[in-house]
Amino acid sequence: MEDLIEIRWHGRGGQGAKTASLLLADAAFNTGKFIQGFPEYGPERMGAPITAYNRISNSPITIHSNIYEPDYVVVVDDTLLDAVDVTSGLKESGAIIINTTKDGDSLKKKLKDYNGGIYTIDARKVSIEALGKYFPNTPMLAAIVKVSGIMTDEELLNDMEGSFKHKFAKKPEVIEGNMNALKIALNEVKKVN
Amino acid sequence: MGIRERLSGNEAAAIAMKQINPDVVAAFPITPSTEIPQYFSTFVSNGQVDTEFVAVESEHSAMTACIGAEAAGARAMTATSANGLSFMWEQIYIASSLRLPIVLSLVNRAVSGPLNIHNDHSDAMGVRDAGWIMLFSENNQEAYDNLLMAHRIAEHKDVLLPLMVCQDGFITSHSIENIELLEDDKAKAFVGTYKPEHYLLNKEEPIAIGPLDLQAHLFEHKYQQATAMRNAKKVIAEVSKEFEELTGRKYSFFEEYKLEDAEIAIVCMNSTAGTTKYVVDQLRNKGIKAGLLKIRMFRPFPTEEIAKALSHLKAVAVLDKADSLNGAGGALFEDVTSAMFVNKVQVPTVNYVYGIGGRDTTSNDIESVYNDLADIANKGGTNDFYRYLGVRK
Repeated sequence: MEDLIEIRWHGRGGQGAKTASLLLADAAFNTGKFIQGFPEYGPERMGAPITAYNRISNSPITIHSNIYEPDYVVVVDDTLLDAVDVTSGLKESGAIIINTTKDGDSLKKKLKDYNGGIYTIDARKVSIEALGKYFPNTPMLAAIVKVSGIMTDEELLNDMEGSFKHKFAKKPEVIEGNMNALKIALNEVKKVN
Repeated sequence: MGIRERLSGNEAAAIAMKQINPDVVAAFPITPSTEIPQYFSTFVSNGQVDTEFVAVESEHSAMTACIGAEAAGARAMTATSANGLSFMWEQIYIASSLRLPIVLSLVNRAVSGPLNIHNDHSDAMGVRDAGWIMLFSENNQEAYDNLLMAHRIAEHKDVLLPLMVCQDGFITSHSIENIELLEDDKAKAFVGTYKPEHYLLNKEEPIAIGPLDLQAHLFEHKYQQATAMRNAKKVIAEVSKEFEELTGRKYSFFEEYKLEDAEIAIVCMNSTAGTTKYVVDQLRNKGIKAGLLKIRMFRPFPTEEIAKALSHLKAVAVLDKADSLNGAGGALFEDVTSAMFVNKVQVPTVNYVYGIGGRDTTSNDIESVYNDLADIANKGGTNDFYRYLGVRK
């Protein structure tokens, strides 16, 4: 792993992009890393574009600003591809991971200036299968871990059970479904460019 | 060795309060400090603390309830931000004049208007002359540590002043980061129990607190307050030393980061100091002798020590996260330059007002300040000393 990995999340209010960034921070923390997980707070409401960030490092992190040149971008809702410049500043050595059913060619056209890795996952399908409801954040969490290699699949799965218990202390019935969503998503994320 | 954790700045403040277990917490929620009383009220309802939690109807009442509790002989705490602090304004002065060592967790946010919920330091700067000790915190760790030291400083018999611990709204209050916590028993032993010398509920010593105080005595009482603020320096140094022995984490009046051999330096407070450290490291790798002076203790202001620490530099930039709108410069700039002047330190010094209303301050912004400083150092000074960083003009 590079010494500092910076990740930017794009989602819509209510989809759990903020929660996903905090869970990723949690999981990386549990594997011994130094972490930051923070949302960019704006006039949030359901459906409005939101941004969240992660920094993950082997050494202490002192920088306190938003992330403008991320190593990875996670897009939790593909309708944002038309609304937000999701690849802004994204390093070509990195990758973008999109929750979509679109094929690689149409995504390449939408992200015409970006030559780095493009990965997709159908988080809706995974979530419906595992949870019976559409919560795209857990599949996207597995996808970013798989693509970035921040930790191994085993580390993620071992760890997230504890994190879900912490996060969903008041909703324990959703823990098993979220664990299944992670497992399925780890195998569903695919490189399209 | 402490407990390795990951917490937001607000969580860190709430955990510190849990370990302190004050007698009274009175609070009214306001973004971005809302989570502090929210988490704390959970500790109350779970029986993890035996604090009397007073869910007041306003910040004015929150501070008033803390004043009443402290005057009665209890240890009281609260948390607020921005307009919540503005609404406490009248009582902020009363707390310090009555010499009540209340501890406030201030999560810094822009004071309206127009309405803005994001970080700057205009709330803290509005009470800088109110007689409160003010400690600033770069991150969640410092917010936690400063709170654990707060009562020891504020309640010291040579001080007896209220104290606020500041941290940046959202930037640190809502960012999850690594932190090392003290074990509960060690934290409690360090903080100790509050044994006030004079208090209203002492039936052996009936007293009045806060009566009419006219020409005959108010001046002397204000002088005593000023003396207490001067005394606070020594106590802050002692308590910080003891805290370092316990935790290994060193706290001084300010932190000097690669300042000793620096030629150009930035002076700033709170989270921007972290971003500045990152930039200093980058510049050092390029052979540029950049440094940082991060203020922790803003009130009392360590004038001589700051002047001395900056005396060898070729150029200094003071960053103010609040504009004083006075045509002369920000509050920190005025304090630093006045400290330098009276201590006969003549180093070209400029002011940057930055980060207002949550405007993000990036490493590129900070680097541009160091570039300006290199230029000022080469030219031996500048007449353009009141500047802005990151504003669209």
